[in-house]
Amino acid sequence: MSSVTLNGIAMPHVTEEKEKDIREDIAWAQINRDVLASLERPRATYWALFALAFCMFLVGVGCEYYQYNTGLGVSGMNNPDVWGLYIATFIFWIGMSHSGTLLSAILHIIHADWRKPIYRFAEAMTTFSLMTAGLFVAVHLGRLWQIYYALPYPNERWTWPNFQSPLLWDAMAIFTYLSSSILFLYVGAIPDFAICRDNATGWRKGFYDVLSLGWMGTDRQWRNFRVAYLVIACFLIPLAVSVHSIVASDFAMSQQPGWHITSFPPYFVAGALYSGCAAIITLFIMLRHTFRFEEYMTMPILDKTARLTFVIAMVWTYLNLIEYSTVWYGDNAVAKETLIQRATGPYSIYWWSMNFLGSVVPFTLIFKKLRANLTAMMIVSLLLNLGMWLERWMIVTPTFSHGYEPWTWNHEFFPSLVQWGIVFGSFGWFGMLFMLFCKLVPCVSMYEVKEMIFHRKLAKLHTREA
Amino acid sequence: MTIKRILGLFNDFDQATAALRELRGANLPHLDWNDVTIKSPIEHPDVEAVLGVRPIAVRKWTLVGAIMGGSLGFLGIATSQGNFFSQLKGGKPIIPLPPDFVLTYEMLILGGVYITVLGFLVCAGLPTRVKSELYNTAVSEDQIGVMVKSNTHCIAEVRKIFEAHNVLSVQEEVVAS
Repeated sequence: MSSVTLNGIAMPHVTEEKEKDIREDIAWAQINRDVLASLERPRATYWALFALAFCMFLVGVGCEYYQYNTGLGVSGMNNPDVWGLYIATFIFWIGMSHSGTLLSAILHIIHADWRKPIYRFAEAMTTFSLMTAGLFVAVHLGRLWQIYYALPYPNERWTWPNFQSPLLWDAMAIFTYLSSSILFLYVGAIPDFAICRDNATGWRKGFYDVLSLGWMGTDRQWRNFRVAYLVIACFLIPLAVSVHSIVASDFAMSQQPGWHITSFPPYFVAGALYSGCAAIITLFIMLRHTFRFEEYMTMPILDKTARLTFVIAMVWTYLNLIEYSTVWYGDNAVAKETLIQRATGPYSIYWWSMNFLGSVVPFTLIFKKLRANLTAMMIVSLLLNLGMWLERWMIVTPTFSHGYEPWTWNHEFFPSLVQWGIVFGSFGWFGMLFMLFCKLVPCVSMYEVKEMIFHRKLAKLHTREA
Repeated sequence: MTIKRILGLFNDFDQATAALRELRGANLPHLDWNDVTIKSPIEHPDVEAVLGVRPIAVRKWTLVGAIMGGSLGFLGIATSQGNFFSQLKGGKPIIPLPPDFVLTYEMLILGGVYITVLGFLVCAGLPTRVKSELYNTAVSEDQIGVMVKSNTHCIAEVRKIFEAHNVLSVQEEVVAS
C-alpha cells in the first residue's frame, strides 16, 4: 500500500487502499468450490472438536439421567436458592442467540455487507442457542413427566397457565423467536441449497434437492426472496429485543431485592448482544481454521466484529453501572444490602471477576495488534463470555441467598456437581449441533459472498468513472 | 403451432443485459414479454429492470399475516381467559390487557413471519421440480441465463440475438406442439 499525496504533500497516514474485507478477484466458481469443500473434508480439528462436544454432551446426559431418576434435590437447589445454574445458564443461552439477529438482521437492514461471509453461522448459533436454552426449562422443572400440566388445555385438574406471569410470556416469546429464526435461517439458505444440489452426488443430492425446493435463481424467485428476507429481518429485530426484555421481566417484575429495576430489560438486551458478539468471535476463529476459510473469514471482518463487540461492551458497562447506581441511590435498603453482599460476601470473587471480565477486558480490543492476533482474540472472546456467564449467575444466586427475610439467608449455597455437569453438557449439546450443521449446511453464504464481491467491484468501477 | 423454450447462458450480467435490451427492442411478434425469464446466481435489480415492473406480492401476505396473527392471537387468548372461570383472579380483570398485549405482540410477529414465508413460497412458485423447465447448473455457479418461451419462428430469432451477444451455450425444449 502506498501513501497518498494531497496538494503535493505526502499523507503517510492515508493509504490508497484500505485492507479489503474480502479479495475481489476470487472467481465465483472458486467460491462454490471452497465452501462446498467444507461439507466434504474438514481438518482433523473438526472431528476432535466434535468428539469433545459429544463427550461433554454425554456428561450432561448422565447428570440429567441421575437427576431425573433421583429427584431435583441432587441439584442442591432448595429454598431459598430455587433458581440455580439452570436458570442462569438459560439466560446465558438466550443471550447467545442474539448474535444471529444482530449480525444477520440488523446489519442486513443497514447494508453492512461485511456481514455476508459470517452471518450464516451466526444465525445457526441463534437457533442452536435457543434450542439449548429451551432444554434448561425442562431440566429445571424436576418432575419432567408432568410437563403436560403446564400446557393450556381444558382439563379435569383445573390447572391453567397464568397469563399475567412473565414466565408464560417467555414461553411464547421463545417459541416465536425459535421458529422465526429457523425460518430466517432456512429461507436465507435456499439459494445455497440449490448450489449444493447442483454439485452433490449420492444421498446428498436428494437431501439438498428437497431443501432447495427446486430453486433455479429466476428473477421471480430472487425478487420475492429479496422482499421476504428483508421483511423477516425487520420482524426479527423487535422480536429479539422483546425476547430478552421478557426474560428480564421474569426478574424485574418480581419483588426480589436487586431485581426490581426499570433498566433490567435494556441491560439484558445489551448483555445478550455482548455475549453473542463474543461468541461469534470464538466461532469465527474456530471455523476459519477448521474449514480453511481464510479467504472468507478474513482479518478485516474479524477486526470489525471486535470493534462492534467493544462498542456493545461499553453499552453493557454503562447499563451495569446504571443498575448499581439505581440500587445504591434508591430507597430500598435491602436491595442496597444485597449489592454490598455481592461485592463483599462469599460470591464477591465471582462478582468482581464478572465486572473485570465484562468491563475491563474489552478494553484490550482497542489495540489493533491484539485484534490482528487470532490466539489473543480467541482468549479474549472466551474471557468475555465467561464474564457474561458470571453476570447471569450473579443475577440469580446472590439475590436468592440474601433476600428480604434474614432467616432465609443461605450464604453457603454453591451449585452441586450435577448442576455443573448439566451446564457443561449443554455446551457439548450446542457444540455438537453446531458442528453437525457446519457439515450439512454451507456456513459461508456462497451467493451473498458473490453479491458482495460483485457490488464492491461495481462500486469501484463507478468511483473510477467518476 | 409448436411452442418452445430457449435458454441462453451468458458470461456476465452486461452481456445478458445487452441481449435482453436487443430482444426488447426487436419487438418480435408472438413474444410475450412475461415469458422472458432471467436465471442468475445472485439477484441483480439492474438486469431485472430491463424486464420491466413485475409484481411482488409478498408484502401483502406479510400485512395479512401480521393482522391475522395479532387479532386472532388476542381473541384466542381473551376467549380462553374468559371461558376458564375456575382460575382465581384475586380481584384482577378476567381479561388483563397489559399481559395480553405482550402476547398479542408475539402473535403478531409469529403470524407475520409465517405468512411471509408462505407468501414467498407461493409468489416465487416454490416448491417446484428443477426438471419442470430448462435449467443449467452453471446458473448456480457463475453464468447468467436468459430463458424465452415462444413459437418456433420467434425462438429462431431469439437464438440469433443470443448468438450476436456471445452466448456461451443454448438449450432448447419443446413445451407444446
